[in-house]
Amino acid sequence: MAQIVHTQDAPAKPSKPWKQHPRALVPEVIVFSLSLVAAEATISMSGFKGKLALVLLFALYSTIGSMALAFRRRGVTAMSNAMASSLVYLSIALVALPLFSVVITVISRGRHALRVNTFTQDMAATQPDAPFNQGGALHAILGTVVLVLLATLISVPLGVLTGLYLTEIKGRAEGLIRFLVQAMSGVPSIVAGLFIYAVWIIGGHGGFSGLSGAAALSILMLPTVARTAEEVLKLIPNDLREAGVALGGTQWRTVAMVVLPAARSGLITATVLGIARVAGETAPLLLTIFGTTAKHFNPFSGPMSALPLYVFQLLASGINVAIDRAWTGALVLLVLVTVLFTLARFVGGRAKS
Amino acid sequence: MPRGSILEEQALPIPEPTRREITTQPRFSDRVFRLVVTAGGFTSLLILGLITAFLAYRGFEVFRTFGFHFITNFGWDGGNPDAGVKPSLGIGAMLIGTIVISLVALAIALPISVGSSLFLTYYAPTWLRKPLTILVDLMAAIPSVVYGLWGFFVLMPHAIYWAKLLHRYLGWIPIFDVPLPIFERSPFIAGLVLAVMIIPIITAVSREVFAQVPLDRVQAAYALGATRWSMIRAVVLPFGSSGIAGGAMLGLGRAMGETVAVYLVLNLAYKANFHILFSSGGSIASMIVNKFGEASPFELKGLMAAGLALFVMTLLVNLLANIIVRRTSRSGR
Repeated sequence: MAQIVHTQDAPAKPSKPWKQHPRALVPEVIVFSLSLVAAEATISMSGFKGKLALVLLFALYSTIGSMALAFRRRGVTAMSNAMASSLVYLSIALVALPLFSVVITVISRGRHALRVNTFTQDMAATQPDAPFNQGGALHAILGTVVLVLLATLISVPLGVLTGLYLTEIKGRAEGLIRFLVQAMSGVPSIVAGLFIYAVWIIGGHGGFSGLSGAAALSILMLPTVARTAEEVLKLIPNDLREAGVALGGTQWRTVAMVVLPAARSGLITATVLGIARVAGETAPLLLTIFGTTAKHFNPFSGPMSALPLYVFQLLASGINVAIDRAWTGALVLLVLVTVLFTLARFVGGRAKS
Repeated sequence: MPRGSILEEQALPIPEPTRREITTQPRFSDRVFRLVVTAGGFTSLLILGLITAFLAYRGFEVFRTFGFHFITNFGWDGGNPDAGVKPSLGIGAMLIGTIVISLVALAIALPISVGSSLFLTYYAPTWLRKPLTILVDLMAAIPSVVYGLWGFFVLMPHAIYWAKLLHRYLGWIPIFDVPLPIFERSPFIAGLVLAVMIIPIITAVSREVFAQVPLDRVQAAYALGATRWSMIRAVVLPFGSSGIAGGAMLGLGRAMGETVAVYLVLNLAYKANFHILFSSGGSIASMIVNKFGEASPFELKGLMAAGLALFVMTLLVNLLANIIVRRTSRSGR
């Protein structure tokens, strides 16, 4: 008879006096539906048109409505509170709207030209206006992979060293370096391209090449990696460093065998964030790798292509079919960046827990 | 075994371990390590210095030829050596255009960003906070060429309609006036696209500042009977105001240097235009891309000089932003 018997003096349900009764929401619901109707009416009667106008009018009317409601209930303070709430909700909607619009358009318009051969063929033997089952973005995808790998090889060691300087050595120039890294993250991407062009290509070191593109990308990637690496290294508890030194390790051994392994997943996050930062850069590549339509693996000489450049150049051609291809390129690029970003979040999230 | 042998062994002199010298001098390996890391740490200084030096070196001839006139001259004429026309290069119009579109972008992005970061810190239900923050961060990672594509094909038709509305009802304000009814590819549209691109930056900075607001003050305000908005106005905004300003400057710097998206949605014209709805604008970064393909060697030097001007401008804006943000986090008012 192990049945649970509810006795008379079961604990009373806790009362939550601050919680609104559902009935109190009735006026709010009325205000919202009224303002929706009013917005519809305004659209149909006046010169305004479009869904966005509907949304904005609805926001306007419901703001006024909720303000009036709050004023009737609790006066002027409540009214300004209601207005602020409405504006805050409106602003988050205005942030989400373009984001979803970008993602949805890229998916819906990039779908048209998406075929298997997008990933298996290049554009060397294909005119931009050929049917979609010919040609593809393989050369651009390979180019992006090569460029990103090279840029990672250049900028990650430098970025991690900068992070180590800021957290392990803490030299006299700590403040200056931190500031310079900040300043460097604001360098316009076109300036990075122009710089490499000025040094490398005018300097006569062999024209457009993948390596020069990777160098330009590294300039943009370095501050991202350095800042994230610094954040991550800061999180490593000092106990670990002290333990390493107490066991007789030199600073070099402590950093190499204790600190860096402890920060490994964070450093991977730093790398991936850096890659996500530069994978979509177009402007510096215009000046450094120039773009081709054929597969080109040798990064040391000759023009290469990359996904953002592929999108840009097809778009610039102005042919409708080519623009559809550009949207597909944008879709591939967006998926790539999103995957990298999610990966960084995932690895970074696991490191914290 | 006889015992004596053990005794004998014990009697052998035990070698005295050499005393290790106690020193604060780092070992050789450490000295190499510190040297390498310090050298790595200084790469940012090296790169920034090299950028300035090389762009100045390549653009020197242009600066010498035109002097201060390079900044104030509005036209960009490559000249024609065959016809004996001397080149006349200037970035005045592009400089003004850059500032105009960045300010339009900032004017649109700032209120929206502050509102959304307030939402993320004080209004959003807890379960919504994290996914929304990730989405806003993701928005910063979308490549600029994708924003350009979207701006040209999706945003522009809508924006032209809004521009016409603005012109019709607010046309009496000088900046909303247009000399000719051409609304395509205007600074207004470029500013809208830039606003979408800098919103995540400003939102992230102000969200971080808002997260530092001391909880006891927030709760004290509530305990005194403040509504959510009164609390924000009395506690959060005074605390975070310079953080917001710093974030805005960072966004401004990013907007000034943006290239491809602006190139796609802005009609470059070599004259100063303050009518933001009219299809004529400028941007140094876009001009560099635009002129790069067919530039003569001398024009190329001019582009280097223009790049240097852009670089210095963004560096100054970023410097200001950093000073403002750092002052907030230190004073903690």
